[in-house]
Amino acid sequence: MIRVMLPTHLRTLAQADRIVELEVEGAVTQRAVLDALEAAYPTLRGTIRDTVTRQRRPLVRFFAGKQDLSHEPPDAPLPDPVATGDEPFLVIGAMAGG
Amino acid sequence: MSGVRVLVGTRKGAFVLTSDETRERWDVCGPHFAGWEMYHLKGSPVDPNRLYASQSSGWFGQTIQRSDDGGRTWNPVGNEFNYDGVPGTHQWYDGTQHPWEFARVWHLEPSLTDPDTVYAGVEDAALFRSTDAGQSWQELSGLREVKGNLWQPGAGGMCLHTIVLDPNDPDRIVVAISAAGAFRTDDGGQTWLPINRGLKSPYELPDPDADVGHCVHNVAMHPSRPDVLFMQKHWDVMRSDNAGECWHEVSGNLPSDFGFPIAVHAHEPETVYVVPIKSDSEHFPPEGKLRVYRSRTGGHEWEALTAGLPQQDCYVNVLRDAMAVDSLDSCGIYVGTTGGQVYASADSGDTWTPIVRDLPSVLSVEEQTLQ
Repeated sequence: MIRVMLPTHLRTLAQADRIVELEVEGAVTQRAVLDALEAAYPTLRGTIRDTVTRQRRPLVRFFAGKQDLSHEPPDAPLPDPVATGDEPFLVIGAMAGG
Repeated sequence: MSGVRVLVGTRKGAFVLTSDETRERWDVCGPHFAGWEMYHLKGSPVDPNRLYASQSSGWFGQTIQRSDDGGRTWNPVGNEFNYDGVPGTHQWYDGTQHPWEFARVWHLEPSLTDPDTVYAGVEDAALFRSTDAGQSWQELSGLREVKGNLWQPGAGGMCLHTIVLDPNDPDRIVVAISAAGAFRTDDGGQTWLPINRGLKSPYELPDPDADVGHCVHNVAMHPSRPDVLFMQKHWDVMRSDNAGECWHEVSGNLPSDFGFPIAVHAHEPETVYVVPIKSDSEHFPPEGKLRVYRSRTGGHEWEALTAGLPQQDCYVNVLRDAMAVDSLDSCGIYVGTTGGQVYASADSGDTWTPIVRDLPSVLSVEEQTLQ
């Protein structure tokens, strides 16, 4: 079971808890986790990744294990603690204030 | 008992303001979608409980919300706005061609006859339609074939912000796009014509009479006379008596003919409202006085409406979608400001009172007259 932590606005939009639990088939990658997230919560389609390009939206970040994984390839394996469910995969609204 | 529902979109959420027909006491409900930019909310003319809202965020993109109970509860619907075919390119700031990229929905226009049909004006400029109550969206891509490669973004982005539906002819739609102009279809959106003859942009375009490229800010129509259109252009207030075939200037004695919104009185087709702004670089009222101007002669002759509006040290703006009229017997008019005030007049603009003073910056104001 993979755990994903959502930012406040997406939690509200999806009417979901702060941390959602997802079953991911096969290799645990960014793409697989986000596909599972969007399948479980269709209202999140387009909010994390562009609906056409499937690229991460510019002001969304992915953190896990105190690392910024935002620029990792979408099919790269996520760290083991995420794959085992010991640590959540964090979806973050980037700092964009002034 | 009749009443009014005013739908207010702001930079940080949406608010629903309701009153009975006296429009003296208001109930303020919100913020809905707190923290999100609410560019526009609008109700269906045939089902007042059916509302559509454009919710967006620099972080999380575009969502469309729908209410089926007059705004008490909302549910997200479809947010996939995919351009038809190969999107192509438009002109960019540096003169190069730039791919069409969806940014947000500026304006939602529900059908005059079917609550499940709604149009969306988007940035980068295009018109979409949903016939399943917002679940899915299809582009009316013939619009971008009208020299779309020459359109270029203005300061606010290349947005399709105005959609005017003809009550007598369901196949006729007028749209307006910043820094591209006004366009009309007479066949339900398959083919389009630029309707910019008579517009002059001597300081914005190398050819001041060009058929596309004019920065149209807003277009208004009275439903009893759909061939008469009023336009607030970047500079100039314009009028057409033939559905946009040609335009003539009616700015008359306005203190500035720059502005954003324009509206027509609900019962008097020759009574028109604008909110003059000092200039393209100074987006605030001349002399620090917020004045709505009213013409009862279809333009040319304008009177300042000031009673109840701030007449000193006022430097707010009123954006293009932030003025609306109701259709009660004594026509009401509503104006929202970038300072977070929504002013209401229940007497055609003669006197004004603030409904709310301290909302986030107001992006849009729409009304529903409830019978």
